[in-house]
Amino acid sequence: MASSPRPIISVQDLHKSFGPKTVLDGVNLDVGKGESLVIIGGSGTGKSVTIKCIQGLLTPDQGRIEINGENVIGMAPADRERVNSRIGMLFQAAALFDSLPVWENVAFGLLSEGRANRADARDMAIEKLALVGLDASLADLSPADLSGGMQKRVGLARAIANDPEIIFFDEPTTGLDPIMADIINDLIVAVNQKIGATALTITHDMQSAKKIGDRIAMLYQGKIIWAGPADAIDDSGNPYVDQFIHGRVEGPIKMALRA
Amino acid sequence: MNFLQMIGRVFLAFLATAGRLSIFTLSGVGHCLRPPFYFRIIGKQMIEIGYYSLPVVGLTAVFAGMVLALQSYTGFARFSAEGAIANVVVLSITRELGPVLAGLMVAGRIGAAMAAEIGTMRVTEQIDALTTLSTNPMKYLVAPRLIAGLTMMPLLVLVADIIGVFGGYLVAVHKLGFNPSNYIQNTMNFLELSDVVSGLVKASVFGFIVTLMGCYHGYHSKGGAQGVGMATTNAVVSASILILCSDYILTELFFSK
Ligand SMILES: Nc1ncnc2c1ncn2[C@@H]1O[C@H](COP(=O)(O)OP(=O)(O)OP(=O)(O)O)[C@@H](O)[C@H]1O
Ligand SMILES: [Mg+2]
Repeated sequence: MASSPRPIISVQDLHKSFGPKTVLDGVNLDVGKGESLVIIGGSGTGKSVTIKCIQGLLTPDQGRIEINGENVIGMAPADRERVNSRIGMLFQAAALFDSLPVWENVAFGLLSEGRANRADARDMAIEKLALVGLDASLADLSPADLSGGMQKRVGLARAIANDPEIIFFDEPTTGLDPIMADIINDLIVAVNQKIGATALTITHDMQSAKKIGDRIAMLYQGKIIWAGPADAIDDSGNPYVDQFIHGRVEGPIKMALRA
Repeated sequence: MNFLQMIGRVFLAFLATAGRLSIFTLSGVGHCLRPPFYFRIIGKQMIEIGYYSLPVVGLTAVFAGMVLALQSYTGFARFSAEGAIANVVVLSITRELGPVLAGLMVAGRIGAAMAAEIGTMRVTEQIDALTTLSTNPMKYLVAPRLIAGLTMMPLLVLVADIIGVFGGYLVAVHKLGFNPSNYIQNTMNFLELSDVVSGLVKASVFGFIVTLMGCYHGYHSKGGAQGVGMATTNAVVSASILILCSDYILTELFFSK
């Protein structure tokens, strides 16, 4: 899908440091409506920090972030809630509410906005759980009783439960077996194409990136060093991208390993 | 000089904490007053504070009452003023020991649990997840706990008062040989409504302090299991200290004329 003229998410010159450590150093990123953008990059380069800035969970030091043309930095809490109600998010570590059973986790958004009574919300939650390959018998368990991969899938069900316009997936397939990973990839593609939701996915899994993404962007040293169509990534001509997607030790990216 | 630098740094850190705590308190109280209210969570917290703390607080109160009767007897016997025991027991329990002991016990039980729970939610990004589900964490996590603390502590202390006075009665009647009806008569004669009410007001304030400290330290915890552990300790220690300080201030306000 080609990006529409006005991007639904627009990030300009984003800077973020933690103390002396600069993590984001001028990130520029546009995601068009209905587009699926994948961000790749080494561990600790600030991919998660980027989406947390977009969601308003972290306050950037500098830069501009627009969602649907609205500047969201320094927004009043009520407006922020309105913007967030159209956004879904899968956290890297799932971040399920362990005081609530699985189904209430999935139905949390529905219940908190008062859009359904508890019985209907429960049915809806079970429906969404089925989408991510989880059985209805899990609905009343505590999230702590699930395996890591199952927790991730509950997190995914929660992220898509509210039929959001924009969804962030932070490493959706990490910790899943290859078959389940492919099911999740298909699910993300379906959410993106059938519902028309805009997706921003972080992943280390190149197979998944190519399958999910319309476009891929690579983050390195606080900047987007390459962005282009997903099928062009194999011949990007960028030595950093080449090294990353083939997982080579030799190349311009130096890992800080030397003792 | 290094020493001055250190003082300056500590002072600045103190100011920063005081500011953060003030903002947190104002925002928490603000959310207690404005809808939506999460009645399900308020109810759950009320049961946790009011009902499940009963055994601990009741046990503390009964022994406090017993030891008061025993101690005042050995003291007052020297002035042949044994008759004042009922008076001493009921006044100390309702005015001081009921609220303070219950406050300290609840600080250990509830304040610690709240700091640990909210702290874990912070470090596992559950609080961030609340925000992304357009739920304000101050409203969802903090306000219900503050409301429950404010309202349930007086009830808990009322029960503790009764149990404490009963503890004094047990020792006075069964060990020290007082006449039961005389003892009850003496207890009732000296007791004024203001004694009980002042104790209950204290209880409400202590309930607010305990839940506020639990929420505040949990909310601002960072750095994994160790951070949560530290938040828990800080919640209990700061709540206990604040209870004792505010107890003095409240007593001064109520009774100094
Ligand atoms: N709250 C925080 N306080 C201090 N430093 C942080 C914080 N959050 C992230 N960082 C730092 O920012 C850097 C980027 O973190 P981030 O989580 O975005 O990495 P990532 O690209 O998502 O990596 P991974 O692929 O391993 O998840 C890391 O070096 C991390 O130490
Ligand atoms: Mg990450």
